[in-house]
Amino acid sequence: MTSTADLVCRDLTKDFTDFRAVDHVNFEVPNGSFFSILGPSGCGKTTLLRMIAGFQFPTSGDLLIKGKSMIGVGPNKRPVSMVFQHLALFPMMNIGKNVGFGLRQRGVAEAEIKTRVGRILERVGLPGIQDRSVDQLSGGQKQRVAIARCMVLEPDVLLLDEPLGALDLKLREHMKIELKTLQAEFNTTFVYITHDQSEALVMSDNIAVMNNGRFDQIGTAEELYYEPSNAFVAGFVGDANRFDGKVVGVDGQIVSIVTDGGAEMRGKTTAGVPAMGQRAQIFVRPEAIALLKDPAQTADHMNTGEWIVDSVLFNGANSLVILRHPKSGETIHATLPQTGTFLGLSKGQSVHTSWAPEQARCFATEGQ
Amino acid sequence: MIPTVPQSSVLKWSYRAYVTLFFVYLALPLSVVCVFAFNNSLFPSLPWEGFTLAWFFGTEAPFIGVFHERSILRAIGTSAFVAVWVAGLSVAVGTCNAFLFVRHDFRGKGILYILMLLPLIIPGVILGISILVFASSVANTLEDATGRWFDGLRPGLILVILGQFSFITTFATLVISARLQKFDRSLEEAALNLGATRWGAVRQITLPFLLPAITGAGVVAVLMSFENFNTTLMLVGSDSPLTITMFDKLKHGSTPVLNAVSLLLIILSATLGVLSLLFQRSKDKD
Amino acid sequence: MRSDQSKLGFYLLLSPLLLWLVTLIILPHMGLFAVSISEKVGVREYETGFGNYAVFFNEPLYWRTFARTAIMSIMTTVLTLLLGFPIAYYIAKLMRGRAKTTLFLMCLIPFWVSELVRTFGWMILLRETGVLSNFLQFTGVIDGPVEFLYNDAAIMVGLVYTSILFMIVPLVTTLDSLDDSLIEAGYDLGGSGFSILREIVIPHAMPGIVSGCIVVFMLSLGNYLTPILLGGKDSLWFTGLIYTQFITRFNWELGSAFGFLLLALSSTIVFLGLKLSRQSLTNTMGR
Repeated sequence: MTSTADLVCRDLTKDFTDFRAVDHVNFEVPNGSFFSILGPSGCGKTTLLRMIAGFQFPTSGDLLIKGKSMIGVGPNKRPVSMVFQHLALFPMMNIGKNVGFGLRQRGVAEAEIKTRVGRILERVGLPGIQDRSVDQLSGGQKQRVAIARCMVLEPDVLLLDEPLGALDLKLREHMKIELKTLQAEFNTTFVYITHDQSEALVMSDNIAVMNNGRFDQIGTAEELYYEPSNAFVAGFVGDANRFDGKVVGVDGQIVSIVTDGGAEMRGKTTAGVPAMGQRAQIFVRPEAIALLKDPAQTADHMNTGEWIVDSVLFNGANSLVILRHPKSGETIHATLPQTGTFLGLSKGQSVHTSWAPEQARCFATEGQ
Repeated sequence: MIPTVPQSSVLKWSYRAYVTLFFVYLALPLSVVCVFAFNNSLFPSLPWEGFTLAWFFGTEAPFIGVFHERSILRAIGTSAFVAVWVAGLSVAVGTCNAFLFVRHDFRGKGILYILMLLPLIIPGVILGISILVFASSVANTLEDATGRWFDGLRPGLILVILGQFSFITTFATLVISARLQKFDRSLEEAALNLGATRWGAVRQITLPFLLPAITGAGVVAVLMSFENFNTTLMLVGSDSPLTITMFDKLKHGSTPVLNAVSLLLIILSATLGVLSLLFQRSKDKD
Repeated sequence: MRSDQSKLGFYLLLSPLLLWLVTLIILPHMGLFAVSISEKVGVREYETGFGNYAVFFNEPLYWRTFARTAIMSIMTTVLTLLLGFPIAYYIAKLMRGRAKTTLFLMCLIPFWVSELVRTFGWMILLRETGVLSNFLQFTGVIDGPVEFLYNDAAIMVGLVYTSILFMIVPLVTTLDSLDDSLIEAGYDLGGSGFSILREIVIPHAMPGIVSGCIVVFMLSLGNYLTPILLGGKDSLWFTGLIYTQFITRFNWELGSAFGFLLLALSSTIVFLGLKLSRQSLTNTMGR
C-alpha cells in the first residue's frame, strides 16, 4: 500500500505561539481514494489541510505527495489543488476564465485551454457555461465549477475544505452523492475535511477522526461506527446514548458499571479493560436499543429496564423516542421501530428496553 | 503576497524598507513645521538658534507670538465662525438628503444622486468663481431693479460660507446615508406599532441611531471648512479666514509665528480627526 | 391622509436638496458659461460670442499653460497610483489588527492637516536655506546652498504629497474587501505573484483605483496653493491664470472662459476614466 500512497504525512506537527494545532499526525492516503478528516471545529483539521496545500508550514515532520517531500515547496508549485470553504471563485472573471486560470499560469496554448475547459465542464455536467459570470450560478453549480477549476489541472490530490458548509440542507444531501460520484469518475485522491459526520460517513473510503490536533482513529465508516477506538470517537461519530458510572464487574471483555443514577448495565470493551472501581463510560446507539411492551425475557436481566416515555420525535423512518428513567431521571434516545407495534406510543406510557452488551461500548473515563 | 504564502526575505525586507521610507516622506514636512515653531530665529529655517516659546507667547516685536498677533487671532475667529455655519448647514441638508435618497424612490432619483455627487469632481476654484459670478449677477440685477445695495451677494463671509457649504454637503450626505442604510426599519415600525407618531418615531429612534454619523459628519465639515483654500480664495472679502491670512503672510516671507499657528492647527486637526474616527468606531460596533 | 402626509414629507426633504443643487451648483455653472460667451464691447455692454475662447486658443501662453497643467496632473496621478498602491496593499493585506489601524491612522493624519501647512513644510525643507540643502552640504554631497524650490520637480513632490492619501484611502478600502482565499486560490492553481496581481488583485481593486485616480487628478488640476508656493511666480498653473483674470485683471469674461475650459477638461477625463474602466460615478464616488 505504501507504494501507491498519493499523500503521506509523517509525524506532522504544527505549533502556534500558544498552542499546538497539529500534534504528530501520521497517515497515508492510497491512490484514488476518498479520505475524510472529521473533527469538531478547532481540532486542527483546517491547519492540517492548509499545510498540505502549502499555506502553512509544519513545525516538524514530513509531508510527501507521490513520494516527493513538499517541505519548502510553495503552494503554487505543489501538485495539489484545493476547493476552498467559500469556493473562492474569482468574481472578476467569467466561468471559462476561472476554470482556465490554472492552465494559463502553466502557459498552455489558448486553443488547448479552450478545449480542456470545455471538456472538464462537460464532465461535471455544466457544458457551455463558459461565458456566464460567477453570480449567475446556483450554489450547486458553483460547487461543481470550483471542482472543475481544480480538476482541469489533473492534480495528484484534491483538497476540499468543508465546501458543503454554505449550502442548504437539501442541496447538501444531493451534493454528498454527487461529490462521491465525481470522485469515482475522476479517480483522483480526494482529501476532504468536515465537521459533519454524515458527510464523512457517506462519501469516504477512509475517515480520520481528529481531536485536539491528533488523529484518534483512522478507518472505514463501518469501523468507526461499530468499532470506535475511544470514547471521543464513539460519541462523535453517529448518535449514541452515553452513561457515566463506576466499574462494578469485569467478565472477559464485558464490563458492568453502575451509573451515577443507580442503573446497572453492561458493555463490551475493545480498547483495554478498566479496573474495578474505575470510572467508565458506556455508549449505546439508539438503534441498538430494543423496545418491548413486556419485561425482557433475557437470561441475565442485564441492560433491561422500565422507562417512561418523555416525548416522541416523529421523523418518518428516523423517528426517535426519548425515555426517562423513573428513578434516576436519566434520559436515553431509542429508535422507534417501524413495525407498527408502538404506533400509538405517547408521553407518560411505560416501556421496557433491552440491548445486548456486545452492541454497547465501554471505555475507561480519561483524565482521572 | 499575503502572509500565508512564502516570500523571499529580500523581497519582504525591501517592501518593508519602502513602506518605512514612505512614512518618513509623510512625516517629514509636518515634523519640520512643528520643530521650527520653537526656533529662536526670525526665519523658519536653519541654522538652529536655540529653543524658544516666543512664537507662541512673545509680546515684543519682532517676536510676537500667536496669542498676541491680532491679525491671526481675528482670522481664527473668522474661520471658526465660517466653520460653525458650514457644519450646521451641511449637516442639516445632508441629513435631509440621506432620508430622501435612502427612504424614497422617485422619478429622477438617479440623476439627482449624480448631481449630488458632482461637487466632488468640480475643482474648488471653479466652484468659487461660478458662485462669485452668479451671486454678482444676481446682485447687479437686484440693485438695478430696486436701487438698494445687496452686499451679502458680494465677496465676503456669506459667499465663503455658501461656497464651502456647496461641496461639504456632499460629504455630509454620503456619511449620513451610509449610516441610515444600516438602520433596521423594523425598529421604526415597532415604535409606530407601540403608538408613536411618524415624526416621534424618527425623532426617538432613527435620529439617535444616526447621531454618531451626524456628529462625525459635523466634525469632518468643521475640519474641511477650516482648511479650505481654493473655493474660499475666490469668494473672500475683507474678513479673511485663517488659511487665506496665512497664505498672504507666506507669500511675503514668513516668521516662525506661522509655524506656531501650523503646530496649533496640526494638533487641532489631529484631535478632530481622531474624534471623528472614534465616532465612526462606535458606529461600527452596532 | 397617510399618503398625503408622506407626500408632504417627501417634498419637505426634496426642497433643501433642490435649493442647494439649483442655486449653488446648476445655476452658477450656467451663469459661468453665460459670462464666458459674452464679450465686453463698452461699459456694461456685452455681445454674445466665443471671443474669449478665441483669445485662449490664439495666445500660446494660455493654451500651453493649460496643456502643461493637464499633463503634469496626469503625471501626478500616475505617480501617486504607483507609489500609493504598494502602501495600500501593505496596509490592507499584510497588516492585521492594531498595527493595521495604527498604520492607516498615520496615513490619515497629514490629510487632516491643512494643505497650506503641508506645503509650508515642503517650503521649509526645500528652500535654499532649508533643511535638505543644509543636510546635503553637511554630508558633503553639495558644496554650497542649492535651491530645490521653484521648479517642476518641487511642484510634483508637493502635488503627490497633497493627494496621495486620496489614493490610498479608496485603495485600502477596496483591497480590504478582497477575500484572502481568492489570492490563495490563485496560488493554489499555480499562479505567480505577478499573474495574481494582474488577474485578481488589480481587477478587484479597479473601483478604488478609478476613484482614487479621479480624485487625485481633479485635486491636482484644481490645485492653486502647491504650484504657486512651490513653483514660484512662473509656475504656470492654469488655476493661477484664472485667479489673475478674476482678481488682478478683473476680466471676468476671460476668466469664466478659462474656468469653463478647466471644468470641461476635468469632466472629460473623469468621464473617460469611468468609461475605460467600465465603472459608474455612483459606484466609485458614492461610497
